[in-house]
This record gives sequence, structure tokens and C-alpha cells, in this order.
Amino acid sequence: MSKILILAEAAKDNVKNVTFEILGKSAAHNCDVAIFNELPANAAADLAKYGAENIHVIKGDNLDKYSPEGYAHALKEFVAANGYDYVFSGATSMAKDLLPRVSAMFDSGMATDVTNFTFDGDNFSGTRPMFAGKVLCKVELTGSAPHFVTVRPNALGLPDSPAAKAGSVQDAAGNAGTIRAAIKEIIKGASEKLDLTEANVIVSGGRAMKEEANFKILDEMADVLGATVGASRAAVDSGFAPHSMQVGQTGKTVSPTLYIACGISGAIQHLAGMRTSKVIVAINTDPDAPIFTKADYGIVGDLFDIVPILTEELKAIM
Amino acid sequence: MNIFVCVKQVPDTETKVTPTADGNYIETSSIKWVMNPYDEIAVEQALSVKAANSDSTITVVRVGGVKDTESLRTAMAMGADESFLVQTDDILDPYATAKAIKGAIEKSGKTPDIILTGWKAIDDDNVQVPQILSHMMDLPHVSVVMGFEQNGDTITLKREVEGGTTEIYDVTGGCVVGCQKGLNTPRYPSLPGLMKAKKKPLTTLSLDDVGVSSADQKVKYSNFELPPVKPEGKKFETDDSNRADIVKEVVGLLRNEAKVI
Repeated sequence: MSKILILAEAAKDNVKNVTFEILGKSAAHNCDVAIFNELPANAAADLAKYGAENIHVIKGDNLDKYSPEGYAHALKEFVAANGYDYVFSGATSMAKDLLPRVSAMFDSGMATDVTNFTFDGDNFSGTRPMFAGKVLCKVELTGSAPHFVTVRPNALGLPDSPAAKAGSVQDAAGNAGTIRAAIKEIIKGASEKLDLTEANVIVSGGRAMKEEANFKILDEMADVLGATVGASRAAVDSGFAPHSMQVGQTGKTVSPTLYIACGISGAIQHLAGMRTSKVIVAINTDPDAPIFTKADYGIVGDLFDIVPILTEELKAIM
Repeated sequence: MNIFVCVKQVPDTETKVTPTADGNYIETSSIKWVMNPYDEIAVEQALSVKAANSDSTITVVRVGGVKDTESLRTAMAMGADESFLVQTDDILDPYATAKAIKGAIEKSGKTPDIILTGWKAIDDDNVQVPQILSHMMDLPHVSVVMGFEQNGDTITLKREVEGGTTEIYDVTGGCVVGCQKGLNTPRYPSLPGLMKAKKKPLTTLSLDDVGVSSADQKVKYSNFELPPVKPEGKKFETDDSNRADIVKEVVGLLRNEAKVI
């Protein structure tokens, strides 16, 4: 049985969903959760429900906001003091930035963005996409413990019947050490919506959107579905959408439950970025567009005709 | 200033990727290789840092096979001054790669004032080398950088995080900077640049030279395979007469068959 630490991050009144996914998948081991600063209001009860033994809130000077060095120093000391074998986290902006630095402090290895994993006894074995999902490979950690793993949000899913544990909450004193690169300001994004990498439903537009203003019809459908809006590289390169909205090999790799592609032909680098979506709907005028080879439901037609009707139909049932 | 840039050669994004028969990696014989797109942005940023700081040199480092001299020549054609290739046909993990880069930087005899990298490579998508390297070099790092402004000794960096949020960092002293799309528009190498690049120094080192051994591999990748093929979906042709009915049918399928809404 391994001793596992799962690093959680706050999302409104709870922690990010991927924390529960990792807990559910690691139920055969001793799992603790750590979070920096503050535990969101509803997190303790849910973390216990999904199998967290202890919940550590790491607090200290200069840890009120993220810095790669400060968080790395504090997490390294905490992991070393508690003798964890594995440190897991969702593959979030912060964890992808932080955990490689911590793994280097231990001279140990890290598996990035796994979409599934198993344990053979105490030995981790993961599956991860490479070349943005064009191939999958097996990843094993051959260095010494602690080992580090980030998990793609939405990939594991939640367990049907989670095994509850104590979930006792305690503060841990964190030491940020010396910080040379410090945040002086955070400019919050305007959107209240989930990031593409975490979204459960995505509505994406391609070159056929014709202009930036037309994305409002996708916004309207997204509002009905509680979806996040994405774009293809062709749409981003044409100036219809910012790069932060790009789905694909040089943008974001996503795994929502539902992906609706509007006017996207399906270039190989786009398909690579969204093929792990559970259900794909494609709307395109070209019946031979490659996107239809990946679509569960394809509608051949003009998105400007289809999308407004689709939005109304969804509104009627949601 | 001693400016360092790390580059990698990767398959072009339009490349179809096929696993090898033994599943240990992918077929590399018929691939079109290009410089990792985020590394091009790092090279361009190095050129603008050099332009703003007199007496600067740009040194490019790459860990990889002989083919990788191409991206080093491209970087020098864009304006970098010299290159180091740590030559190996092995597929190194991020830790071993970072250690090899550190070794090459030390062999150059220069202490880096700034190290620019792409924030990730689009082949293995590990997003680890810049952070590991910065720890090994005892430097801070800021990655996924979309804004870069130098004022005297201080560099102000804008880092993109999820949800369209931006973190703004001030860094004084050395730093590893992972560059993201949007930071600049990389130039194309000019013809005279390409001619000049042929005469610029390119030093080849071995893994032994930079002190990297098999003990530095902390991650093992194997069983490369294509993702499972999706069964064919349902496709509906629409026209003015049936459009509304088709859309209604698809919404019904999403609810009752796929159960996702």
C-alpha cells in the first residue's frame, strides 16, 4: 500500500473535480489531500466522502498566492517530512508548472497528463497521450520515490460508490524559502466559465464562423449547455478568437463529455486535441470533412442554419 | 548578456504518427521535422533581448540526434550566435534532458543571464524541462509567458493561466522563461542569414561529455499504440425541408442514446 498525497486546488466553494477522480481511482492506498492557503467551504465533507484520510492546509508567509519557487519549497518540505511515495494532482496550469520543479528537488521522475493509471502493488503504471493524442503510451516511474503524476481532468471519471475515510482537516506550516520570481499582480479573466481543459461541455467554432462577431451564436448555445467556447487553429489564425480558446496540438487538449464542432473541417492537429471527448457532434457543410470520421453525430449543413435551431431545441429540454 | 535558448526538433503538426512495430516509439523515417513552434518564439524573444542589450550573445542548445543540427542552423540563421548539440539517438526523459542541457551550458563557459525555452514541446507534451532545468541551474522560472518587458535589471513577465487569467511577475537576476504563442511573431530566416549560419560555431557533445548516464532516466515510456478507433457515428444530410426535424432528432439522441445532456 502506497502513501499518496493529492494536491488539490480551489474551485469556488469546493476543490477541483479532478481531485475526487484521483481519490476514487486510488482507493486501495492511503490518500491524503493537501491544499495551499484555505480549504473551500464544501471541500472537507466531499473529500472525506471520496476517501481522503487527512486534509492538510499548507499556510505560511508568502504562500498567499502562487509562486513557482515558494510553492515548490513548501511542498518539497511537506512531502519529505511526511514520507509520501506519490504526489498526484490534476493537470492544471499550476500543477503542470509546479510539480516538475518539485520532482527535480527530489531528483525523481514525473508522468504528465495521464488519462488512466493502475497500480501493480506499489508500482504505478499510467497511460498518456503523446503527440497531442495521436498515439498513446505506457508511462512508468523508474526513479526513486516520491514520484509525481498529473492527471487530465475528466479522463478518469468519478467512482460509482466511493469509500469514505476520516478526512480530518489540519493546518500545516509551510516555508516558502527565497522567492526570486514573485507575482506582483493577478489579472482575472472575465469568464466565469470553466477553462477548456476542465470543461464538461465544449462548443467550438472553425474557419466557417467567418468573423469574430459570429461567435455570439456559439456563446448563446454554450450558455444553454453550461459549456465553454473553443476555436480551431484556422479560426484563431484568422483572428476570430484568441489563442487561449484554441483546441488542438498547438492549443489546448481537451476531454469533455460533449464536444460540438461547428464549421470545423477536422485538421489532424485539431482532431488530436479533442479526440478523447466522450461524445462528438459535428456540423459542417462538407459531407467529406474529416471531422465526421470522429463524430458520433454528424449534421451536414450550414452552421448558420443549424446552430440557432439547435440552441432553441436545447433550450426546450434543458 | 549571456542569452541561452533551448530548441527541439519535432514532427510537423500535420504529421500522421505511427507507432513502431515493437511499440517502443514512433516511426521516424518519413516524418517532416520542424523546430518546435514554441521554441521559434523563444529564439525570436532572444533576438529582441539581444537587440536591447549591447554586448549580448545568443547560445542555442539542443539534445537530440544528428537531424537536430537543422533546427540549430535555423536558429543561427534567425540570428543566434553559436550552438551546442548534445548528440544522442536515445529518447531521453525530461530529467535527463534538463541535465544534458545544464551540462552543455557549463561546457559553453558562459553563465546564463537568461534562458529562453518553449513552454512545452508538441511531441511529448511533458511540460517539464524548463522547470527542472531552472531548479538545476538554481534559477527561478516563469512559464507560459505571453508578455516580456525589460526595465533596467528587472524583467516583467506575463504568464497565462486557465480561465483567461494572467499572472504578472517581476524578476531581477537570471531566469528561465517558457515562451507561449502570442509573445511575438517569429521571423523567417533570411537567405544571407542562412549563408552566415553555416559559418557559425556548432559544437557537438556526447552524453558522457555532459555527465548524463542511464541512471538519469527516471521515466520509462513504452507500448506506443494508436488510440482505439471510434465506431462510425450517425451522419444526417439536411436541407430546408428536414433541417428542424434532424436537429430535433440529434438532440433526442444526445439525451436518450448518448445520455450526455
